[in-house]
Amino acid sequence: MKIQIFYFARLKETLKFSTENLEFPDDIGDLTILKLKAHLAKRSDVWQQMLLGKLKVRGAINHELVDDNAAIADGDEVAFFPPVTGG
Amino acid sequence: MTVRVQTEDFDAGTEINQLRNATGNIGAVVSFIGQVRDLNQGDAVSLLTLEHYPGMTEKALEAIVLQAKSRWDIVDSLIIHRVGTLQPTDQIVLVAVTSSHRGDAFKACEFIMDYLKTEAPFWKKEVTQFEGQTTERWVEAKVTDDQARERWLKPE
Repeated sequence: MKIQIFYFARLKETLKFSTENLEFPDDIGDLTILKLKAHLAKRSDVWQQMLLGKLKVRGAINHELVDDNAAIADGDEVAFFPPVTGG
Repeated sequence: MTVRVQTEDFDAGTEINQLRNATGNIGAVVSFIGQVRDLNQGDAVSLLTLEHYPGMTEKALEAIVLQAKSRWDIVDSLIIHRVGTLQPTDQIVLVAVTSSHRGDAFKACEFIMDYLKTEAPFWKKEVTQFEGQTTERWVEAKVTDDQARERWLKPE
């Protein structure tokens, strides 16, 4: 299972990543936004703080805002970003 | 429905005239312009940079307009949102809505802005000046913006 992840705003700046491609074994089972966050949070304390800390990171799958329980499928474009502040 | 995300400035008069002259059944035009303030949380702001998520931004704005259309009788709508680096008094966003009667346009315009503020993927970073020191900081999302959106969830 292959996915592409995008990071925006404070996440992109702090994690020093704007995008990356990840591949998971096909027997990984149901991958949700929350499971992906937890997986990425293992990289370091900074990743942990950014994805599971008090920032209230929001997730999107294929350009749609989703909640933590949303399921990710092969080929999906996932994005993580802080609460939005436009307008 | 028109949605534009751009770095260039816009002329609200020209844009609104185009929208209101499109058909004869328009009786009301309501518009909102958001612009950069020179003060935020007590600090002087010298620059504001807007980042967005190309591809998602347009879809999110279109989805918001479709929701507004399903609730009110709108003839047409226009959203222009700027990205990139802006200065105080620069325009950030224009939302304009036309309808036959004013009530629909007023409500739809406010609804679109409230949802844009909380669901469209834009992020602001500001450069502030304090006692000669220049600081960059990400603008924090406001609880009052979430509350503004939530009031639309209650039945009218």
